[in-house]
Amino acid sequence: MTRLFRQLVLFGFAVFFLMPVYVLLVTAFKSPGEVDVVHMWSLPRSLSIENFTTVWPKLENGMVNSLMLAIPASLISSFLGAANGFVLAKWRFPGADIVFPVILFGMFIPYQAVIIPMSALMSDIGLKGGLDGLILLHIVYGLPITTLIFRNYYIGLSEEVIEAARVDGAGMLRTFAYIALPLGLPAFAVSMIWQFTSAWNDFLFGIIMTRTEFWPVTVALNNVAGAQTVPFNQAMASAFLASLPTLLVYLLLGRFFMRGLMAGALKG
Amino acid sequence: MSNFKRRARRWAPGLLLVSPSLVLLGVFVYGFIGWNIKISVTDWKGQLETDNYVGLFWYKQLFADETFHNDIRNLLIFTVVFIGGAVIVGLLLALLMDKGVRGENVLRSIYLFPMGISFIATAIVWRWLLNSDEGEGTTGVNDILGWIGIHSDWHKADSQWAISAIALPAGWALSGYVMALFLAGLRGIPEDLREAARVDGASEFHVYWHVVRPMMLPVFMSVLVILAHISLKTFDLIYGIAPLDPRTETPAIFMYLTAFRGYFYARGAAIATLLFFAIAAVIVPYIWYSIRKERTAR
Repeated sequence: MTRLFRQLVLFGFAVFFLMPVYVLLVTAFKSPGEVDVVHMWSLPRSLSIENFTTVWPKLENGMVNSLMLAIPASLISSFLGAANGFVLAKWRFPGADIVFPVILFGMFIPYQAVIIPMSALMSDIGLKGGLDGLILLHIVYGLPITTLIFRNYYIGLSEEVIEAARVDGAGMLRTFAYIALPLGLPAFAVSMIWQFTSAWNDFLFGIIMTRTEFWPVTVALNNVAGAQTVPFNQAMASAFLASLPTLLVYLLLGRFFMRGLMAGALKG
Repeated sequence: MSNFKRRARRWAPGLLLVSPSLVLLGVFVYGFIGWNIKISVTDWKGQLETDNYVGLFWYKQLFADETFHNDIRNLLIFTVVFIGGAVIVGLLLALLMDKGVRGENVLRSIYLFPMGISFIATAIVWRWLLNSDEGEGTTGVNDILGWIGIHSDWHKADSQWAISAIALPAGWALSGYVMALFLAGLRGIPEDLREAARVDGASEFHVYWHVVRPMMLPVFMSVLVILAHISLKTFDLIYGIAPLDPRTETPAIFMYLTAFRGYFYARGAAIATLLFFAIAAVIVPYIWYSIRKERTAR
């Protein structure tokens, strides 16, 4: 295969991957009067932000909720993941080889299989309906992947660094806080991005565990744009707004994102 | 004894540091799964929880239920089309990019970004692209098919195969990820190995078939397992594109509707239990294999 041919095929696929983005953007920026199915693929005659201003009030609350839940959830679950990863890689205890797969398994379970008991327990302890409960859930179910990310990162860390700290009389907490955590910053970035994205994009927990006023953005989005009666230009504008934060994170920190993806396949 | 104490002093802090996570996961993963199984053998329906033992009643009912058969059929079609499509596209992209192309970083970002978008947003855009209206109302992918002279109705909601249309946005979302996994695998094969085969007179095709292919087998297995478990769990995407449509309903959707719309909690728990065992059957051997391989590599 020639180089040119390869390049052309790859370009063709890029066009396919960008096609929905094109449709989304041209539809969202059309003035309401201009939207009809016949001209779906044509560019807007003039740029109108009317759709965005119409849908923003319906999404604003959801955006705020999602920020308030995704940031603490990803911070705390990354921090706990760092501790777990450090111990499982460098401060092992008898049985650590069993504990690791036991933690890991939580990453793959279908959430349908835990959600009825979850809903029952959370309402018993008064955490159902608000953001606190949802944050707790994202922390807990984030632990397997954050543990995996840090464990795989710390495995690659030279044993001598840890041994040196030990010889100097540093205990585990001290070694973790002063040596492992600062050295683990790249893994922290991966873990934060991964967790932020999955908390932001979650729908199932949000729709079952929160009241209307605490709906995360995905649930709000589905409510605004999910109805068949909603004009498509407004649906597109809402989808765009709701995707903006993860899209920005992705565009700015894509390199780290990429590494997080690899961790999802149990590889460092 | 004192020897044990001394050693315990060395590892005990580590165990202590992990224990909060272990307790949380113990309750929220294993405890809940067990509890869910327990709910599935009770008569809990309606808002008020009841726990009279009914044995396998709900399971028997499900296996006799036309809706559940339909859902499983849909899930199988979805899984085959989605995994097949994503693997073919992902592998093709990875092979094409393997030797380096101009603008590799840009291309890779374009293929990967759909993974950062929520399934709900993806569903909203694709619902528009997959709109099944005919004639004047024809839109999206149907337009394109029309332009190139194909007037098909394969993805229409009234077609028997409507569920396979949802594999298209699912593939759109995850093919880039598959590409990234394959590409990492391809790049992980030492160049010496390929070079050695070339020196021995192997053609480029033979290099791929006899050297690269066997080494890619573990990556291929990972990809299959990851896609299979995603496919079984898929909820938001289908729910966002066509909620309440039996032609695209899968067990994951059925479980949600049964438990949280119909309040048949025990029945929902039974569906969830079946879903759990289906996924565990794929995932447990995978984790087992990955960990053992890692241990022998060290």
